Amino acid sequence: MKYLEAFRDGDLARRLAVVIAAEADARRRYRLMEFCGGHTHTLARYGLERLLPDNVEMIHGPGCPVCVLPTGCIEAALDLARRPGVILCSYGDMLRVPGKNGATLMKSRAAGADVRMIYSTLDALNIAQEHPEHEVVFFAIGFETTTPPTAVVVKEARRLGLKNFMVLCNHVLTPAAMEGILDVPAAEAVHVDGFIGPGHVSTVIGSHPFERFASNYGYPVVITGFEPLDILQAIRQLIRQLNEGRAELENEYSRVVSREGNLKAQALMAEVFELRDEFEWRGLGILPHSALKLRAAFAEYDAEARFAITQEAIPDHKACECAAVLRGAKRPEQCKVFATVCTPDNPLGSCMVSSEGACAAHYSYGRFVNTAPTSNVPSP
Amino acid sequence: MCLAIPALITELREGELARVDMGGVSKEISLALLNDCEVGEWVIVHVGYALRKLDPMESEKTLLLFATAAPSL
Repeated sequence: MKYLEAFRDGDLARRLAVVIAAEADARRRYRLMEFCGGHTHTLARYGLERLLPDNVEMIHGPGCPVCVLPTGCIEAALDLARRPGVILCSYGDMLRVPGKNGATLMKSRAAGADVRMIYSTLDALNIAQEHPEHEVVFFAIGFETTTPPTAVVVKEARRLGLKNFMVLCNHVLTPAAMEGILDVPAAEAVHVDGFIGPGHVSTVIGSHPFERFASNYGYPVVITGFEPLDILQAIRQLIRQLNEGRAELENEYSRVVSREGNLKAQALMAEVFELRDEFEWRGLGILPHSALKLRAAFAEYDAEARFAITQEAIPDHKACECAAVLRGAKRPEQCKVFATVCTPDNPLGSCMVSSEGACAAHYSYGRFVNTAPTSNVPSP
Repeated sequence: MCLAIPALITELREGELARVDMGGVSKEISLALLNDCEVGEWVIVHVGYALRKLDPMESEKTLLLFATAAPSL
């Protein structure tokens, strides 16, 4: 397919890897965090880490929206789904994330709840139009890529005069999560030398929100695409910056990312949503100004207000290391339940659910060829 | 979750919708987040919405960057 295959050329990838190995300084280590779950998935799927020299280590970041939602959010959605007369619409990945005692939206559907998997927010709107006798709630999750489509349907619901459409808003913000990784006491800090910045989030919000991670925090940041050559090129650019002592924002993904981003999408988001004072993230704790809620002007579409939902703080399963994995403090294979009790078919933690979760990506593509073997890895 | 893939606009429809071609698969998507799209333009599509137009010139430049960085042996 045009604009994909050319960025997946295996021969060119191997040649880029040779260049990276030549440019990497053997006397130092490079610890690079890819923020996005999509990047984590590409790294695992194409085996890119195996092409890199030993002193270049990739650390998986918290950019998997399914993974970072805490159990309390899932419980709120489960609570809504169980109410008579409610149709709960959700993106597919959320259906299998476990709440309390292993409950999931998928299981509640099997028990009789009306839970619908949708591809686009427009599907949820159509369901609301087709079922005026039901209250249709869209379980809105995701970073700044997924937020504008939610804003579009909230406005469209108003234009159509729909009274039975609502949004359970759990949209979260990428720059706030990066700050959440960095603004921690030194003892808890994960050592990172540079960041692979979000690609598709930047198509919406632009590259400029990430400039401060270079200018204020002093980290090289390279925004890049999701194909294997994009990621290798970003790694090469980060290594170059580190070798030259630079900390700049570079944009490898110029075919879709500009400095200012998609202004129309930004205006829609600003019209419909406002910042929450704080939001609880799995792994990162409570972060200030890190998520969005509907503005008061759109309160009639806000499921949280209409159903008086209060979210409780529910601890993760004791054996689950998702929190540490999301911070980059542990690798999936360092979790005791990885690939034993916790598998994609029966996930204990959220990182094993989405294909972008670090644990699911590692389970599917990399677990028999560990880059950093540990004693916890079960034998194949 | 933030996966977005390139698609070619093949037909503009009412209500800010368009039919696109994604590697042989024809699909209806929303253009509500973009201005002034035309048939024949490439966009990247995420959860049924075009997020951004794809710039073919910039794509060529990036591919050239790879080729220059790692010339054939």
